[in-house]
Amino acid sequence: MSKSVLEVRGLCKRFGGLVATDQVDLAVHSGEVHALIGPNGAGKTTLVHQLSGTLPPDSGDILFKGQVVTRMSAHARALRGLVRSYQITSIFRSHSVIDNIVLAVQARSGSSFRYWRPVSAERALYTEATSILERIGLQDKAATRAAILAHGEQRQLELGLALATKPSMLLLDEPMAGMGPEESERLIPLIASLRGELSILLIEHDMGAVFRLADRISVLVSGRVIATGVPDQIRANPDVRRAYLGDDMPGQVIA
Amino acid sequence: MATRPRLSWLPRIAGGVYPDPPLGYNPRGREIEPTERRQSTMSGLFLFEQGLNGLQFGLMLFLLAAGLTLVFGIMDMINLAHGSLYMLGAYLTASIAEASGSFLIAVPIALVATALIGMALELAVLRKLYARDHMSQVLATFAIILIANDAVRMIWGAQPVSLNTPAALSGPIDLFPGMSYSAYRLTIIVVGLIVAALLYLLVTRTRTGMLVRAGASNREMATAMGVNIKLLFTCVFGFGAALCALAGAMLGPILAVQVGMGEDILILAFVVIVIGGIGSIRGALVGALLVGVVDTMGRTFLPMILRAIFSPVVASNAGPALASILIYVLMAAVLFWRPQGLFPARG
Amino acid sequence: MPRILPWVALALAIAFPLVAEQFDLGFYVSFASRVMIYAIAATSLNLILGYGGMVSFGHAAFFGAGAYTVAIAMTYGLDSAWLAWPLAMLVAAAVALLIGALSLRTRGVYFIMITLAFAQMMFYVFIGLKAYGGEEGLNLPHRSVIGFGLNLKDDASFYYVVLALLVGTLVLLQRLVNARFGRVLQAIRENESRMETIGYATYRYKLCAFVIAGTVCGLAGALIANQTRYVNPNLMHWVISGDMMIMIILGGLAYRYGGLLGAIVMLVLDEAISPYTTYSKFVIGFVLLAVVLFAPRGLAALFDRKTATQPAKAVP
Repeated sequence: MSKSVLEVRGLCKRFGGLVATDQVDLAVHSGEVHALIGPNGAGKTTLVHQLSGTLPPDSGDILFKGQVVTRMSAHARALRGLVRSYQITSIFRSHSVIDNIVLAVQARSGSSFRYWRPVSAERALYTEATSILERIGLQDKAATRAAILAHGEQRQLELGLALATKPSMLLLDEPMAGMGPEESERLIPLIASLRGELSILLIEHDMGAVFRLADRISVLVSGRVIATGVPDQIRANPDVRRAYLGDDMPGQVIA
Repeated sequence: MATRPRLSWLPRIAGGVYPDPPLGYNPRGREIEPTERRQSTMSGLFLFEQGLNGLQFGLMLFLLAAGLTLVFGIMDMINLAHGSLYMLGAYLTASIAEASGSFLIAVPIALVATALIGMALELAVLRKLYARDHMSQVLATFAIILIANDAVRMIWGAQPVSLNTPAALSGPIDLFPGMSYSAYRLTIIVVGLIVAALLYLLVTRTRTGMLVRAGASNREMATAMGVNIKLLFTCVFGFGAALCALAGAMLGPILAVQVGMGEDILILAFVVIVIGGIGSIRGALVGALLVGVVDTMGRTFLPMILRAIFSPVVASNAGPALASILIYVLMAAVLFWRPQGLFPARG
Repeated sequence: MPRILPWVALALAIAFPLVAEQFDLGFYVSFASRVMIYAIAATSLNLILGYGGMVSFGHAAFFGAGAYTVAIAMTYGLDSAWLAWPLAMLVAAAVALLIGALSLRTRGVYFIMITLAFAQMMFYVFIGLKAYGGEEGLNLPHRSVIGFGLNLKDDASFYYVVLALLVGTLVLLQRLVNARFGRVLQAIRENESRMETIGYATYRYKLCAFVIAGTVCGLAGALIANQTRYVNPNLMHWVISGDMMIMIILGGLAYRYGGLLGAIVMLVLDEAISPYTTYSKFVIGFVLLAVVLFAPRGLAALFDRKTATQPAKAVP
């Protein structure tokens, strides 16, 4: 499939006796929002670790824009445009909000092996960072230290860090984790606005958000992809219903 | 004109804690007992004898490394003061042996005393450091070394104290016809093997050992299992201190009992742990034996080999320097191929 | 700290030898040089330890490498400071590159132990190198030759050279930590895995910082060899690495003047105690323990509320 920006073939990862990723095949099309759902412990975050390069898979291949990146380091993938966000907020807490974003902008704008000129003199970095802040809705908090932001704002910044690297594909690991309904409502349009501009693999527990955002959905159970399809197909899939028995069921949320 | 002429600040800064290296210096300390210095040919027997010496040293290193690796593994804490406990064990043994006239009485008392001191140290200072960053741990335990070294100097003086080989073990014994070996060194090997075996059984076969291993590989899990982690930590620490004291007591008669002895061997124990993998008893054993044998063999045979290939001048110039880096080269090699050590305890 | 204070301190430092001459306190000019040399070494360590969060316990290796380079070069007749000192920095950089490349593959407790072990290896190597004095060390026949009418034999001239290099080091540190490289370094200290995932090859930055710190420390080593006109393996002993660490914790982690303040406090304290007791390390030990347990941000925190926060515990 040439229109796939990310292609995963037969990916496996075990931890001792536990099979965390079991022969996963997955294709994310260019420009789509592809949701990855599954019960707790299905191996979603483990998969993101492997896709982003923080965890080496045991076997299988990961292709990004047609290039094998299976053994590529996380930073090299990030520079090629494959960028992740974290389920557990991972920001630079002692930095101001704008400096967080500046770091991410700086990563892709020229060498950072520069030793003399203060970063504060580099207008271009700050201009670009400011426009990112406007996009994620944190422009009023630019000078605030990240540690003292509200939880929802920290989640926005989390996403902003990933966005500031100008990715062509985002791996969003539960972007709405721990957010209240109001805070989620701010994030959903933001993610929706990225559709078409870049490709997204969205991992999310909030089924409402998943079915509103996703073009296609894959279901991961016990490390295996048991189904992939458009939301209606997934909703109707008996295997998915069985896997979700007792958990929140995709169909119910929508019904 | 200088008002207070002091020739050099530096040796004091450098040698403040640490006495200037004595002649014939090697990282294990000074060998007092004039043993096995026969410059014989590289016969099989000689090789065997050096192998035994390596084993003997390796086993003692293991005693130090075992306690240290558990503390590292379970508490994610770096403890530089471990060597001070070893030093303390040796000094206590020497003093008690002199007072009581019996090495056999001195060793258990020194063991218990060092264990108690270790536990007191854990309760008073180290416990406060578990949650702190490594930098603080390094500095605080470094401070303990400074204090311990000067305290020992105050009590026992700056000169090395003597700890004699027990009379019954002072001679050589015949292992087999044509091969005699120091009875005392043989005793060290036997004691080392017994302790290593007991330790292995303790850690792998008992409930306490299981908890310790659980703690070493996953602290949260151990906490979740309802283990009284604080008590376990204190006990493990006291146990590690006792092992240190045992090593200090056993090595005391062979090496000099002096201020600074703890730091030299501590660094070797670090090398052992890096090679073996943090938190792994098995790794500590394999690493300790590797380091013991490689170091002993290197010091004996490398100069000989150099002499055979190059000139005696080269051998005497470069031999000791090369021999002393062998174990570090070994460590570098392990790091290069297996950065987590040979037997990583964490996943 | 008010902006004017560093300038006042600099003015005082420039005036100091002139005043000292008047009052026949020549010893203290030499003492001040020594403090400044340790300040350069400690400042270089502060770059990787304070700003970079790398708890390197082997900094004395670079100190010794620099010192021995100058001493050995002099035995071969190379006594120009313009050649020998850069050479000392180059050698220290090479040593730092080797040690750093290996030890930075690991982190946390491993990193501490490995840097310590490699530095100690250097110590043993120089004890074993009989050709360069072994444990006795080497005497330098004279100080390096600098030309331009300056004679380093004169303690005041040497003092000014060291002062200039210290100021240079502090300016370099100041520029560096605010430039792109320094920003990256501090962000790595705070959250290395996130730096990886936004596209930084963190290993390269850390290694680069490690080499820069080693190079500057090599310069300090070259200076100490000149100061004492004597080098021995004790320069590389891990106690020296520990002393440098103590200076930084006393002076302030990731604080511009942390290394300088710490060197002053440590050496003056040692100088003040030593006439009264041979157990000065006993006192320093307790002071250090108290600082670590009760004032972890160092003395600089007393002057400046803006000192950076402590590096977080490295996640193993």
